[in-house]
Order: sequence, then C-alpha cells, then structure tokens
Amino acid sequence: MAARQQQQQGASTQGKTYQFKLVLLGESAVGKSSLVMRFVKDHFDEYRESTIGAAFLAQTISLDDNTTVKFEIWDTAGQERYKSLAPMYYRNANCAVVVYDITQSASLEKAKAWVNELQRQADPNIVIALAGNKSDLDSRRAVETETAQAYADEAGLLFFETSAKTAHNVTQLFTSIAKRMPLDQLADQSRNKNKGLNPRGVDLSRPTNPNNCAC
Amino acid sequence: MDEEYDCIVLGTGLTECILSGLLSVEGKKVLHIDRNDYYGAECASLNLDQLWNKFRPGQTPPESIGRNRDYNVDLVPKFMMANGEIIRFLTHTDVTRYLEFKQIAGSYVFASGKIYKVPSTEVEAVTSSLFGLFEKRRAKKFFEFIQSYREDDPSTHQGLNLDKNTMIDVYTKFGLAPASQEFLGHAMALHLDDGYINQPARETIEKIRLYAASMARYGKSPYLYPLYGLGEMPQGFARYPISLSAIYGGTYMLDKKVDEIVYDSEGKVSGVRSGDEVAKTKLVICDPSYASNKVRTVGSVVRAICILDHPIPNTSDADSVQVVIPQGQIGRKHDVYVACVSSAHNVCAKDKYLAIVSTIVEGNGNPEQELEAGFKLLGPIREKFVSVSPLEEPLADGKDDQVFISRSYDATSHFETVCDDVHDLYKRITGQPLVLKQRSTQEQEQAEMAA
Repeated sequence: MAARQQQQQGASTQGKTYQFKLVLLGESAVGKSSLVMRFVKDHFDEYRESTIGAAFLAQTISLDDNTTVKFEIWDTAGQERYKSLAPMYYRNANCAVVVYDITQSASLEKAKAWVNELQRQADPNIVIALAGNKSDLDSRRAVETETAQAYADEAGLLFFETSAKTAHNVTQLFTSIAKRMPLDQLADQSRNKNKGLNPRGVDLSRPTNPNNCAC
Repeated sequence: MDEEYDCIVLGTGLTECILSGLLSVEGKKVLHIDRNDYYGAECASLNLDQLWNKFRPGQTPPESIGRNRDYNVDLVPKFMMANGEIIRFLTHTDVTRYLEFKQIAGSYVFASGKIYKVPSTEVEAVTSSLFGLFEKRRAKKFFEFIQSYREDDPSTHQGLNLDKNTMIDVYTKFGLAPASQEFLGHAMALHLDDGYINQPARETIEKIRLYAASMARYGKSPYLYPLYGLGEMPQGFARYPISLSAIYGGTYMLDKKVDEIVYDSEGKVSGVRSGDEVAKTKLVICDPSYASNKVRTVGSVVRAICILDHPIPNTSDADSVQVVIPQGQIGRKHDVYVACVSSAHNVCAKDKYLAIVSTIVEGNGNPEQELEAGFKLLGPIREKFVSVSPLEEPLADGKDDQVFISRSYDATSHFETVCDDVHDLYKRITGQPLVLKQRSTQEQEQAEMAA
C-alpha cells in the first residue's frame, strides 16, 4: 500500500507514527465537513454553509503507548457537486469515509456509488468506512440501521451511525479505521522503502546552494 | 449555474487554473467550466481509456501495455525549470502541499550523430567530449563570464552591453565556434530556432543563466516533474483557494458543454451559455478553444506521444530525459525535442516509458515525418499517437470585451512562457502587476485555526 509513514523519534515517546491519507465522500449536505470538524476540533456549527472547509486537516489518534496514527483528512470542498472531483483526490488515499444521511434514503444510494468509484479509482487495499450521519434525527429516519449494516457487511466496509452534532460515534469511527490499517505490513515496507530516499521527493523549498548558484 | 459570477473561467488548463485560483483567493466568486470530463484541457494527463478515446475512438487499449489506472499520459511535453517562475507559483501558493516532485534524470543534446549530456558549468565544459580541445578553453571562459556576471558591477560585463550587443557579438567576443553557439543557444537557452542570434544578448544570457542555476539546484538536470503527470498541477491549483480562511472556493464544473460566450449591445461580455442555462458575468477568462473567433493561428506544433518498452538508448538507462536535437544538425529551421518520463514518475505501467517527440511544423506535407530525427533516437516504438496542434494567440488584449484569452501551450520544453502568460493576463485583467504573496502552510493554517 502506498502509505506515507514516519518513524518519529519523539522526545517523550519512542513510539511510531503512521500517517495516512483519508478521503471523505458522499452526497452534498450529508455532513462530511461537519464530521471532520467534530473529529478535529470537537466543534459543530449548525448553520455551516455548504462549503469549502479545509483542503485537508490533520488529526492524530493514539492506539497505544507505542503507536500513533495521523490522519491527513481531505475534504471534497464541494467538488463532488458538478462531477469535478479531481483524480488527485483519490490518489494514494489509504482510507475513506463514505457518508450518507440517515434521513435521506437517496443519499445511501449515492454512497454506494461512491464506494464503487473508490473501488475503481483508489488503491485496491483502501479501508472504507460507511457513516450514516445525523443519527440525532432518529425521528426522521429514512434508512434503517439493518439495511445499511447489511450493505456494509456485504461490501466489506466498516459501519457506524454517527452524529456530528452530538459527537455520537465520531471518535469511534476514526479509531476503528485506525485499528483496521495494516500497520505491521507498512512498517516492513517502510524499512526497505525509505533507505536513502526522501519519500516526499524533491523539496522545492530547499534553498539553493550558494556555492553552485550561477545567479 | 444560472447565477451571476464575478468571473467565469473556461477550460481547466494550467494557465486558467492558476488565474482562477488567484482570483478566488482575492475574494472573487468564480465559476470554472470545462467541456471535458477531466482537468487540464490541453495540458491534461490522461489514463489509457481517455487517451484511446481521444486519439483512437471506438478502439480499446491492448491489455499488454498495463492497467488503465497506472497511466497519466501528458499531452504536452513540458518540464519545470528548477529555478523557474513556475516553482515560485507552486511554493508561494503552497500548492506543493498536494504534489510531489522528482528530478528529470538527464538532459542531452544531439550533435554529429550522437547524444551528449549537456554540460552546464565550466568544470563540465572542460570534461565534456562535446567540445574539442581548444574550444573547451573558450567555452570555459564563457561559462565563467555567465557565472560571475552582476548587473550592478560593470567590471563583470567584460565590455558587453547586453541590451545593445547581440548574441552573435557575445559569441564572437569569446571566439565560440558554430557548434558551441548551437549548443548554447539551443540546448541551454532552449531557443527553438536561430532568430535569437541577432537579437540583444540579454534574453539569451538570462536563459542560459536560468538553465545553469536550475541545474545547480538539484544536480542531475535542470528539470523537475510532478509525480502522476503534469495534469496534477491544474488540479492542485484548482484546490488552491480551498483554505480554512477562504470565503469562496471556485465552483468547478467538468463535462459541461459551453455553447457560447454572450455579449451585450456594446460588445462587452455578459455571460456564458450552456444549453438553455446562462451564467451571468462581466469577466471571462478562457483558453483559445473557447473563443475561436477571437484568436489567430501563428503556427502549429506536431507532437507524437510514444509508449516504449525500454528507456531511450544511450542515456545510461535514465528513467527520464530531455534530448534537444538542434535544427542545424538535421537541416531544419526548428529544433526537435524528445521528452521522456516513466513509471518512476507514476505515469505509466512498470517498465514502460513515455516519450513525446515534438517540433514546430515547417512544411505542409507530412508533419509526422518532421519528427523522424527524434523517432530514430527512441528505438522500437510500442504505440504512437501523433497530433498537430495550432499555436493560437488572442487577437486583442481583452480590455474592450472583457474576454481574456490565454495562449496555446507552445513548443518550449518548460513552463516559463506559461508563467509569462499568467503575469500578462493578470495585469490585463486587474490592471495591477501580479505579486505572489507567501501563503500559510497547512501546518500554520491548522495552528491558526486551533488558536
């Protein structure tokens, strides 16, 4: 799996930090950005405009004393609305949260389409979680938990009903993704892969060596 | 789309995406449309299905060349000069947060039937077999001049005035033979023809200095290349306005037909029509293909995209190279370029290589044949896609109708002219010169948000 890992020798711990790219998908207005804001900032904005959000945000989860998982979370920034989600978005994604709204049954159908799209475009080993958001609106429920669970089981997805508003299951969602990541395999790969190579390629901000510079 | 926008941008080429991003960040409400279902327009990178659909519609790619998704085939052969303006665009906008770059492994020049590594310092000039024994010393003196030149220090000018003396004056002063002139003008200054010789020397000297400084920056060649192909750059700039603090991100619509640019009774732009929808605006930025009645053709480029099973011979199996074939070597008026990248750049299947051979079309007969000298360097070619693209430029500066049209991607091997066009368009559009401000990095943004 094309993951980026860092084996950080932190001052306080000798643990490893594994970094993963996580992408969010789902129909507009199902609460993708709100889920991330809850997870990263523990904050919910009732009147959040259908926007934009961040290009990506970072958040870490400690699985145990020695293992930290850092998610680099990419938001669609509304690009899903007009078929304009760039291939760059799926590129090297290690995990995905596909979100639907439990009060809109059409949004589950859309989520299924996104799962298919991920299986077509993304890394074959990608870990996918299905999130039925807005679980606080149970009185307006249009998708039964069992229906979504059955689909998730059949498609091999993690599944949670969440509420970005009440924070229900939000941390659990991201933690179980972190636990599902194949950390041992990645550690093996990284030992071979990082030998003498900068995994991030050329650093453009590296200053020019003044001794070589012709200008 | 039936709304009013501050600006509508048509085509998702690099020029358009940079401008659209800059205007969005300045707070403009931008609608950005492309008729294709992919980003990048003429500078897209296509997967196999898209490539076949474009060049061989109705046929399917052979399974033996690998998986569709492994391919990101550039339509134009361009690299980034490591010290060039494009790098400033990428770093100042922090679009680098989305991209990874690799060096192009080598740059070569064709001379007397062979290819040579391009020497770019006085040390390399002395050791390169490209120069004869006596010429080495003269070339060394020239490189020393280039490296020590300071605009504000006349003692480094060696009696030359770069705005008055022509490049041939400079060559004559250093006693450089025609073979060296050809090398400097074509392999380092990257001029496409010999017209520069009688122009003031400054432009050529600056180009040679850019080449040498770019070479010095990372070592193997003056060029960098984005992993997954050039099409990543427009995609990156399309995400550029998306930040924690931005109020507007541009709205992007792909696979959207554009029927016409609509004008008012005074000939000023008033909107863009797609089917029976009209988006209103007083400002349109577009590539030449969206305003074909407002551009002229100033020439054409023939490009052949070639899929190879092997690296380009005689390049020490480099995973990526540029080879310049100067016009004088092959009896032409314009150089032939070969640009090659490979699976090392995540643009094709393992053990495959993508080479683009290109030149400016000179004859009316068989453009593909004009690339012959380039094909000869490649060895056996697995698949070849030849296209001829017009080089178009706007008839007017756009100030009267408020339709600002970019130039076609030219035959140069880098993005410097694209950056020139962005600067030029920006100034025409806003009346102000473009000053790139350093954007906060991802980490800084998130730290500010947490505070």
